[in-house]
Amino acid sequence: MGKIRTPYLLLLPGFGFLFTFFILPIINLAQTSTQTRVSGGDTGQYEQTLRFTNYLDAFVENKEQFGRSFLYAIIATVLALAIAYPLAYAIAFKAGKYKNLLLVLVVAPFFTSFLLRTIAWKQILGEEGFVVPTLRSLGIISESTTLTSTSFAVVMGMTYNFLPFMTLPLFASIDRIDPRTLEASGDLYANGLTTFRRVTLPLSMPGVVAGTLLTFIPAAGDYVNAAILGNPNTKMLGNVIESRYFKIVDYPTAAALSFTLMAAILILVTLYIRKAGTEELV
Amino acid sequence: MVKASIEARGDLRLTRLTKSYGDFTAVDDLSLTIPKGSFFALLGPSGCGKTTTLRMIAGLEEPTAGSIHLGETDITTTKPYQRPINTVFQNYALFPHLTIFENIAFGLRRRGQKDVKEAVDKVLNLVELPHLAERKPTQLSGGQQQRIALARAIVNRPALLLLDEPLGALDLKLRRQMQIELKWIQKEVGLTFVHVTHDQEEAMTMADTIAVMNEGQIEQMGSPAELYDNPETAYVANFLGQSNLIKGTISGNDGDSLIVDLYGQKIALPKNRSHAIDNSTYAGIRPEKFRISLLETPVHGNVLTGGRIEDVSYIGVSTQYQVEMPWGQELMVFEQNDDGVAPFNKGDAVNISWAPTFTFALRGDEDVTAGSEVEPEDLDEE
Repeated sequence: MGKIRTPYLLLLPGFGFLFTFFILPIINLAQTSTQTRVSGGDTGQYEQTLRFTNYLDAFVENKEQFGRSFLYAIIATVLALAIAYPLAYAIAFKAGKYKNLLLVLVVAPFFTSFLLRTIAWKQILGEEGFVVPTLRSLGIISESTTLTSTSFAVVMGMTYNFLPFMTLPLFASIDRIDPRTLEASGDLYANGLTTFRRVTLPLSMPGVVAGTLLTFIPAAGDYVNAAILGNPNTKMLGNVIESRYFKIVDYPTAAALSFTLMAAILILVTLYIRKAGTEELV
Repeated sequence: MVKASIEARGDLRLTRLTKSYGDFTAVDDLSLTIPKGSFFALLGPSGCGKTTTLRMIAGLEEPTAGSIHLGETDITTTKPYQRPINTVFQNYALFPHLTIFENIAFGLRRRGQKDVKEAVDKVLNLVELPHLAERKPTQLSGGQQQRIALARAIVNRPALLLLDEPLGALDLKLRRQMQIELKWIQKEVGLTFVHVTHDQEEAMTMADTIAVMNEGQIEQMGSPAELYDNPETAYVANFLGQSNLIKGTISGNDGDSLIVDLYGQKIALPKNRSHAIDNSTYAGIRPEKFRISLLETPVHGNVLTGGRIEDVSYIGVSTQYQVEMPWGQELMVFEQNDDGVAPFNKGDAVNISWAPTFTFALRGDEDVTAGSEVEPEDLDEE
């Protein structure tokens, strides 16, 4: 009897935690999302009226930020993948004795605050940094172009901040590939590019899927990068929710937006996993 | 150029091939011709350079010096995917994400063959696993994976098939069975097989020609029988089977024979089996060539007297004796159990005799332990 109960007992702390800090807030958020303002009441006073059109209103009002959130997240994910794949490949196959050192370096940025690192990008891309003067002297950008407070800066910040989340699962996946299967591919008349397409990439798909999800999901809900590196025209949904909640004290709209964002991410991720063929994931 | 190399056929010719890693020379000035259609084995212990040689033939390692020709075509620097050569890898290296069918079709598809079904089915039948086409490699046993790895290579009809310790991961019984099958398949498809192994029995069972490698060089090359009956060095004598090597001096001539003095007892051996360069020599006799007899029994041929049986081990098909000779050396003797009982006992005083033609002579400055210290079961190639 006791043996049967043990696993459940072990699960208990986890369940308790999830229930208190995830399920309860979600229920609370769901309730808030259909409330309306008490007429004549104070700021922040809302009553439950089951007004589901809150969702429609919130979406229509902010569809621009909605689109931007997903657009930025997709660009950042693609860029992160493009940077992280060669990096992870090199660490797994070419680094030799420096493998562990390089892995530590990938994780090293986590030792400083996320916020600080994002602010650092503001300086890197600022007028006094070396990027802007260099690009200007090379004639790549015009004298009047700045890089701070642009959508470019926001996407760059996101790409940078989520890079380790892309690199680590990719590395784990590529590192597991037996290099002899790559030799076998060459032996069986596949050149380097074909070997990559037919063997390396398919075998690293679990890492690609995991990495893109770990990057895309938080990126779509991110607001720090847009707040620090962007301008009013680069606002993402995260920024809208933040200002609705803390500045305008419009809890129902903030809640409705949160749910819509969650649903949109869920749908996109489901479609993506279907497309990416997850039988290889297990 | 690409087309030319992939179409190359003929004998494989290695000329002064060398591969060094820093100070270490893995393959040292090796020259070798492997005739088209033969089953050739590179035999040697770990680290003798056989796998490096194979990888250079496959194009997976670039030679430091020397050249590789297939027929008239120089393929020394040709990329692996442009060589008409396929490899059966030691751990099989099947593609885990592809079905068995797609694993086998991989090479055909890369060469642009559209209709692969017939060829794949045919080779699956050859290895007797047609029912596994839709499985993934991880669902197969070791022996099945081994056959699929072989099928994946021979389906391409390469000019040359390389086998890198192909049976190393199989258990003994399966290994024996696969040895016979591999030999049969090689005859069936008529391809040149180059087989790398540390297992002398495996090499002798399958290969037409064996090259025994030691420290990056070929120690001796020949048919299994030639190598076994007439080894030129102590290394070969000890690595292929077991040998009794007895120190002696060449003391005379008798027609086609040499007379050798072994601690005061004279024996004869054919001149063409002597590899000695001066009078000092080691006479070599395989343990199963010896006959043991009690002192009063008359014997023919070469005789060494004054032996005493030190140890008797009955192992079914034969009985192995350790016989101590007057000069302190223990000789190994294998006797067939023709009459079912071991007729000699520990402590018996015996003579040892054998036919002179079964004797070979090595140089007197040989290290008699060469080749016997190596651990043949040691599979660590890298």
